[in-house]
Parts: sequence; structure tokens; C-alpha cells
Amino acid sequence: MTRKIHDLADAVVRRQLGRRDFIRRAGQMGIGAGAALYALNHAQSIAMAQNFDWQSHSGTSIKLLLNQHPYADAMIANLETFKAMTGIDVTYDVFPEDVYFDKVTAELSSGSTEYDVFMTGAYQTWQYGPAGWLVDLNEFIQDSAHTGPEYDWEDILPSLRASTAWSGVPGEALGGDGAKQWAIPWGFELNSIAYNRRVFDEHGLEPPTDMAELMETAAKITRDVDGMYGIGVRGSRSWATIHPGFLSGYSNFGERDFTMENGQLMAAMNTEGSKAFHRDWVQMIKESGPRDWSTYTWYQVGTDLGAGASGMIYDADILGYFMNGEGNAEAGNLAYAAFAPNPEAEAPTPNVWIWSLGMSNFSQRKDAGWLFMQWASSTDHALFGAREMDFVNPVRQSVWDDEAFQNRIAESYPGYLEQYQASAPGSRIYFTPQPLFFNLTTEWASSMQQMVGDQIPVDEGLDQLAESVNRQLRQAGL
Amino acid sequence: MATEAMTGAATNGAKRPLMRKVLPYLLSLPALLVCIGILIPFGTAAWYSMQRYNLAFPMTRGFIWFDNYIMLFQDPSFWHTVRVSLLYTFFTVGVQLLLGLGIALLLQRRTLFNNIMSILLLLPLMIAPAIASLMWRLMTNPNFGVLSYIVGLFGFTDFRWASAPSTALFTVVMIDTWVYTPFMMVLLLAGLRALPRQPFEAAELDGVPQSFVFFRITLPMLTPYIITAALFRMLESIQQFDIIYAMTQGGPGNTLMVFQVTAYLERYQYTNVGRSAAILMVLWVITFILSNIFIKQWLRLREKARGVA
Repeated sequence: MTRKIHDLADAVVRRQLGRRDFIRRAGQMGIGAGAALYALNHAQSIAMAQNFDWQSHSGTSIKLLLNQHPYADAMIANLETFKAMTGIDVTYDVFPEDVYFDKVTAELSSGSTEYDVFMTGAYQTWQYGPAGWLVDLNEFIQDSAHTGPEYDWEDILPSLRASTAWSGVPGEALGGDGAKQWAIPWGFELNSIAYNRRVFDEHGLEPPTDMAELMETAAKITRDVDGMYGIGVRGSRSWATIHPGFLSGYSNFGERDFTMENGQLMAAMNTEGSKAFHRDWVQMIKESGPRDWSTYTWYQVGTDLGAGASGMIYDADILGYFMNGEGNAEAGNLAYAAFAPNPEAEAPTPNVWIWSLGMSNFSQRKDAGWLFMQWASSTDHALFGAREMDFVNPVRQSVWDDEAFQNRIAESYPGYLEQYQASAPGSRIYFTPQPLFFNLTTEWASSMQQMVGDQIPVDEGLDQLAESVNRQLRQAGL
Repeated sequence: MATEAMTGAATNGAKRPLMRKVLPYLLSLPALLVCIGILIPFGTAAWYSMQRYNLAFPMTRGFIWFDNYIMLFQDPSFWHTVRVSLLYTFFTVGVQLLLGLGIALLLQRRTLFNNIMSILLLLPLMIAPAIASLMWRLMTNPNFGVLSYIVGLFGFTDFRWASAPSTALFTVVMIDTWVYTPFMMVLLLAGLRALPRQPFEAAELDGVPQSFVFFRITLPMLTPYIITAALFRMLESIQQFDIIYAMTQGGPGNTLMVFQVTAYLERYQYTNVGRSAAILMVLWVITFILSNIFIKQWLRLREKARGVA
């Protein structure tokens, strides 16, 4: 039986058998779809190994630093495939997100050689890269001695490749000339509306199409639906409060975080347009947000939607995806809508969060580490994650085009693909890359907390914020 | 045999003066090692505090004397940090002292019930403050928290606990009090039970009112214990991190940006080692001054007690 399923999987790899036929025939043999796909994944990995010397570092051991996340879960579930293919032993530590980035910063800044590869966000590389803690991965990607012919770098969505590359010059565009590839995109999030369709249907509501409608719909839910508030958005004293829905909406009105004046970065948070958007956002939170908004991270935003405590969220699209799954009170009731808050905007402008893989410059096993990164970001592993696990959103175009993935999403998460297709064209990182990202964006979140807490009026708060940001930029010599 | 015995005695005799010389150094070695273990990080922090040292800008590292301190003192947010840290310390130590003393007085008599209660009351002290904060976050959740429900019964239907600037300090002081009051209670209870019985028996025979006994006998005799307990709590409170960080990360806004939270963010999120070290050095100076005041007071009372004796 085992021999037969492996022969069938080999036939798929040789393109002598279609994927659907493979699963059907595996079923006839009494083998479940999950087990059959594992066998197929294994066969594809072996085929990959035939074109490239994956055994070149057999016997080496590498260590990973991972965030507790479905992307990491998918990788761990498939890790034996990598070990069998390369002979490389892989160990890992997993930390919850609350402390994850502090751990990464501590490891890298101390020059620790313990971890070879780690998960990172693109924003973090603006701090880690220029500090000399990361390897410029161009040297591996462009080198056929290190990278197998199957590794299709161009298949990774262009905007994501660009967003994880930067020259290190403050204010200079991501992915521009001289940019170093600080990380490999692994999975990403757009920001859109996920809403409780059951509640919307019961109360005759439609998903909002602009900021005024968003505020109005959220207020109506808070007012009319017992035990539910209108809109879930993040609010903790952290940079993470700014980057999802808030910056996506802010950018949709053409507002920026910084402008470049005479070669110097200048804060742009106190323009008239910015003040108007902040006023709406603050009013929306006060009227229809969670009562303890100032402690809300993505976790509370997501679980409130899944538990039926909030009517909708303007946050990472994958939150709506995960909360629609089994184990949530509102499983199957959630729906998705792309969102452009500016009535005059042509399309949504989601600010992208990209979970990526980076390599420590202090790693003693860089070549083996690159083999791992190459495998973990390969088409095969991405397909495995997208089809079998919860590895959304995949970074490869070929995975988005995969029929099995599309069918799975369309069946289990209606509307998700449409939301993605409408959001993706305008999506990119809307922050200006600069190494003080965490100081200044956390201060922005802190200012917003003061505005929502009535400690300071919006206009005055933004003027003070801009003044403080400019002072810090000058002190840092930027 | 006799020669061997004499040689052995001579060797032992030679060893003894050597041992006598080395022994004091051997005995003080652990203290010396501990001292070095403390002084090296302290000296490193002091050295970093006088450098422009941001890990994200390795090329700009350099010695800048007291510029980090000058920048701190010119920054209004730093003075806010000083004010909040001192307020937090004042409220936590004050409230815990009053509660700890009250509970210790109630449990002073050695009965089975009091012994059981004194053990049960220690339980919060055995919970890590960060875990305690998570428990309190659930209890104060406005949607389903049991404390939110209880205050709602008294008409406070929109009480926002740590998420509102006006009540955030109150909330974290309350959690700190829940965790650390047993510490005060244990120290003061030990003090109360160690007080000599004669003055109390004499007062009882003379029919002296209880309030007089408390203010004129109990409190003065207990003061060294109170100072010791308050000193320990003061040192911990002014360096508070885990409860505040777990509850609000220093927010809302800058409401709870105490020394340790500010220094932690500077170091681990903003990678500004120099500024973080300067903040911690200022914290050390404040702690040193406050400790000195407490210790001098304690020594004065001890001398006074000896003089009386």
C-alpha cells in the first residue's frame, strides 16, 4: 500500500497524473486526503532534491527562533520533510508575540550565535538591517551554488519582495536601487473589514463602503445589538496599533507619516487632512469601540469578533479568516469586505504586514540556514501550508493560482478571495522606512490613547506629536 | 617514628600561621565576589549612560559625557516618569502599610483561626506579579469581568479600570496591594509577636484605653519593623515593572510610564542603550537617597531604643 501511494505521488511529480486523480485513486486505496497529500509533498521534495545538492550540509544542526503563529505551525508540521531531504537537524524555540520581538532584539543586539534563522516583520528589518545584524540575502538568492533551480524567486509577489528590501537610507523607497534583501517574505496580511454576517442580516446592515458609513454602522451596532460593540480596532500602547486598519485608512486619504524636506525627514502627522482623519478615528473608538480599547492587541480584536462581542473589525484579513474556523462562537458567520474609507479613492490601500524569515549575521551556519530558508519559502512548502494548514496569505503567485487552494478558501471562507483580489492591487507598506520606526510609531499610538482618553484634544495632540517626532529625528541625525 | 612525629608537628606548625593569614581573605572572598558581581554591571551602566549608544546607529557611538542626562532633564516626559514613579511608590507603600498593619493587629493573638488565616493570606505573594496582572485583567474586563460587574451594581456601569487615564494608577496600585500586602503583614506580625509583654500587661492592669496603648506603646515599639518593611516595599515599588507592563505597557498615553517601563522600552524596543542606562542611573540615585533616609531613621531609632534600655 505504502509503495503504491508513493508510486502514485511520483506520477504526479512527473506530471503523468493530475492532482485530483491522485486524491481520488488514493481514496480508492483507502488512504485519506491528508495522508495522500503528505506523500505527495514528500515526493515533490525528493524531486526537488534531485536538481540540487540539498545534502551539502548533512549532519549540521541549525536553530530557529519562531513566533507562536499558524505559519510556524505549518512549518513545524512539515519539518521532517526538510530534515529527511537535507540531513540537517533543526531545533527551534517558539515565543508568544507579546515578548517575541524583544527576544529577537536581545539576541541580535548581543551578537548571540544561538539562532541562525528567525521570523521577523518587514518593519523590524529597518532597525536590524542597518545595525548590521542581518545577512543581505541577495548574496544567496543570486548564487546558483547556494540556490536550487526550482526556487522561483520571481514567483514571490513583487510588492512583497520590494517591501522586504531596503537601502538603509532613511526615507528612501523600499526595494529601490541598492536595496539589500533583509528578509524573505513568508506570509502576509492585508487590512480589510471582517464582519458578523448573521448580525448584519438580522439588522439589515450592509458592509460599509467609506469612513462615514463605517462610523455610522459601528454606532448602530453598538446602539441596537445587545451585548455587542460596533468596531474592533487595536489600541495598545504599541506601534502595532498604528500599522493595521488605522494606517490603511489614513493612507487611503493620501496622508503620510513623513515628508522629505531639503533632504530631511519631517513629521507629517499634523496636516489638516491627518487631523481630520484622526478626529473621525478617535470619535469612532469613543462611540463604538471596545470599552478597554487602550489594551487591545490583534488578539483581543480577533477573539471579540469570533466570540460575537464585536460586530466587525478593520484589521488584518487573516484575523477574520482564523476567527471563522471551528472553536469560535461565530464560526461560519463571518464575512469579508475590501474597504476604502475615502469616498474619492479608487481602491483600498491596505498597509501590509509581512511575516518574513531573516538570517542572523552572527550565525555560524549560514549556508545550512539558507537551505532551510530556501525550503521554507519554496513553492512546495507554501502549497503544503496553503492546502493542508492555515498558511494564509501565501506570498507566491503560483499558490494563489492553485486550484485546490482557491477551492478550499471559496468553500470554507466565502468572500475571502474577492476581498483579497480587491485589496491586493493597492496594498504595500505605507510607512516611510527609517530606523526610529518603533520609537516614533509607539509615540503615535500613545498620542492616540491620550486623544481617546480625553487627555488632549486631537489637533493639539498631533501638533505636539509632530514636534516631538521632529526633535527625535534631529537628535538622531536624520 | 619520633622523628616523623616531630616533622609532622613542624609542618602543621608552619601551616597554622599561613592559614591564619589566609583565612580572613578566604572568609571575605564570597562577599568580595558578590561585590564585584554588583559593581561590574553598575560600572558598565554608568559608562553606557555617558555614551551616545543606540544599537540601530552603530557608527554614531561615542562618549558624550552628561549629554544623555541633560537631554533627560530637558524632556518633560522624564519628569512625568519621576512624578508617576514616586506617586506609585507613595500610594503602594502607604496603602500596604496601613492594610498590613491592620491585618497583623487582627491576627496578633495566636489562635488556630489566626494561624490558618495568616497562611491563607500569604497566597497572593506566591503568585508571580505578571500572572496576577493577567488574572486582574480578566477580572476587570468591562464586558465580562467580575469586578466590573460588582462596581456596576454600585452604579459605576462604565468603569474602565486600567484602560482609562483617570483610573489606571488606582487599578495598578490595587493589584500591587493585593500581591504585596501579605509581605507587609508577615513582617509586621512577626514584629508584633516579638514585642515584650510587660508594657502591655502593665497598661492592662492600669486600665489604659486601647487607643492609648496602640499609639503610645505598640506603634513606637513597632516602628523599626515598620521602617524595615516600608524600606523593602519602597525599593521594589519604585522599580515596578511587571504589573504595569502586563496591564498597560505604560499607557494609556504616558499615564503609567514609570522608570523601569521607560528604561525597558528604550533598551529593548528602541535599542537606545545610552538613554536607557541614564534613566536607570537616575533611578539608582533616587533609590539611594530614599534608602539612606530610611536607614538613617532606622539607626536613629535603634540608638534611641538602646539609650532607653
